[in-house]
Amino acid sequence: MRRFQGWYWLLLIVALLAVAMLGVARGAVSVSLAGVIDALRGRGDPTAIAIVRDLRLPRVVLGALVGAGLGASGAALQGALRNPLAEPYLLGVSGGAAVGAVIAFSVGVSSDAMITLAAFAGGIAAVFVALAVARAGGRSARADVRTLLIAGVIVGAFANAAIMVALARAEPNTVRGALWWMMGSAADATWRRVAWLAASILVAGGALVYWAREIDVLSLGDDTAASLGVDAERAGRRAFLLAALLAAATVSAAGLIGFVGLVVPHIARRMGLRAHRPLIIAAGLIGATLVVAADLAARTVAAPTELPLGAITALLGVPFFLVQLRRTS
Amino acid sequence: MIEFRDLVVSYPGARQNAVDGVSFVGARGQLTALAGPNGSGKSSIVKALLRRADIPRGSASIDGRDVRSLSYAELARNVAVVPQREEAAFPIQVREYVFLGRYPHLGLWRAPSREDDLAVDQALSQAGVEDFANRDTDALSGGEWQRVRIARALAQKSPALVLDEPTTFLDVAHEMGIFELMSSLAHSGLAVLLVSHQLNLVARFADTIVLLDRGKVATIGSPAEVMRADTLESIYGWPVVITRDPAVGAPALVPLRRPVRL
Repeated sequence: MRRFQGWYWLLLIVALLAVAMLGVARGAVSVSLAGVIDALRGRGDPTAIAIVRDLRLPRVVLGALVGAGLGASGAALQGALRNPLAEPYLLGVSGGAAVGAVIAFSVGVSSDAMITLAAFAGGIAAVFVALAVARAGGRSARADVRTLLIAGVIVGAFANAAIMVALARAEPNTVRGALWWMMGSAADATWRRVAWLAASILVAGGALVYWAREIDVLSLGDDTAASLGVDAERAGRRAFLLAALLAAATVSAAGLIGFVGLVVPHIARRMGLRAHRPLIIAAGLIGATLVVAADLAARTVAAPTELPLGAITALLGVPFFLVQLRRTS
Repeated sequence: MIEFRDLVVSYPGARQNAVDGVSFVGARGQLTALAGPNGSGKSSIVKALLRRADIPRGSASIDGRDVRSLSYAELARNVAVVPQREEAAFPIQVREYVFLGRYPHLGLWRAPSREDDLAVDQALSQAGVEDFANRDTDALSGGEWQRVRIARALAQKSPALVLDEPTTFLDVAHEMGIFELMSSLAHSGLAVLLVSHQLNLVARFADTIVLLDRGKVATIGSPAEVMRADTLESIYGWPVVITRDPAVGAPALVPLRRPVRL
């Protein structure tokens, strides 16, 4: 196994900054790198300043935050569930968030903040339903982490079915809004949305980093974790909830962006990271880089048509994942 | 000292108690073996000790303190357990893995000190795994993996050690190696409780054997007292004879044949 070297951190940060610079510079109107730096400092062509500061920068930052949240969430979740195939959307978060958004659309809410909030509430509600299902389905009052995962899948499937039923009778506007959730996009980035997502990620991601050693122990199995002084049920539930919180925040800000939470932790592990504290942080950096790059591709590959971001990450993620699966089996 | 007093363990929905009024002591400096047929309650006793099973009656205690009155971390500083199964989802370097044994002392944030490094070095050497400390856990044989898991428990530096069937799937040499290690650890002053199906090895190594049958203690005593043909026949439901192990004279069990008529 490769050993993680200190300078890899520099590599991860430089990669993220480079991709972010490119993301700000490239698009329908290209701005030179010097132009970007000038625009960021408020100098030069007012059009370039507007494009860089009001359109591209919030979009790039939002993409980075979404990627960071999904990467960190996936890393924590795979460790806590001891399952390299686990990913945040399996918790039912995505389905729940979409239901929240669709409900908001269909009752005529048009405020961006309200729809974001409704999606977030839907995602979190789905996780609590999953927790209740797992508790009811388990052998004891304590919900096993694996039962939780299955419960999450079931709740997600139910949510998707509910969306289909709702959409079958919905107004075209509602359908468009719902489709936005299904495909995922950073296009509607606003600084307000960026701030909301940044705060959520700071809180939930910070908490995961704080409790990361517990996830190290948890990844050895519940009995072993208990023998090392960790209340396995409580620690598992905590990791599950925090990972779900991260995922719900990203989904409410940018819709469904698949495979990031699944693939990114594997890249971080391939760099030689095992302990969850550095792993979660590195997964955040890698996820951010990946989503910013994917969003750049979504904007530029078929310009002027914009491709759905979630489709790009899935197109990149699936082959990577198949290679990974082949390697491990 | 590990002590169970009138311990009852029950699982929700089960008609019978998994453990039904078990009392015994695992003393310091002694290797205590817990044996009995499948489903006789051995692993449930270990679960009760780890606070992973409900205890409606009786108690499990370490050095006179009820496990339910201890925090999880306190419990782990007082007793190290190598559970029966462990599914490591992601490979990890052996030394890092053994270092996880220091978690009960380090907690979430404390950086490892010289003392932690020493404890890990000592555990690696006691378990005889220092030669592959830099290998990854997915590159170990079954026997090596078990020794590494024991090293992780030894790094906890707790006065009591519990192992749940540590020699399943191991060949004779590795099995003997683990029993010799358990015996030395016990005689160095630890209270060692060993759950095992290997009655013949238990009879050679253990100071005390606790024989369980359907959640209750069937007999308890020295190997000579416990290894009796009539008792074992009735508990296991299979004809056996007891002979002497030619090397050390310990009682040895030979199950007789009972051919199946088709």
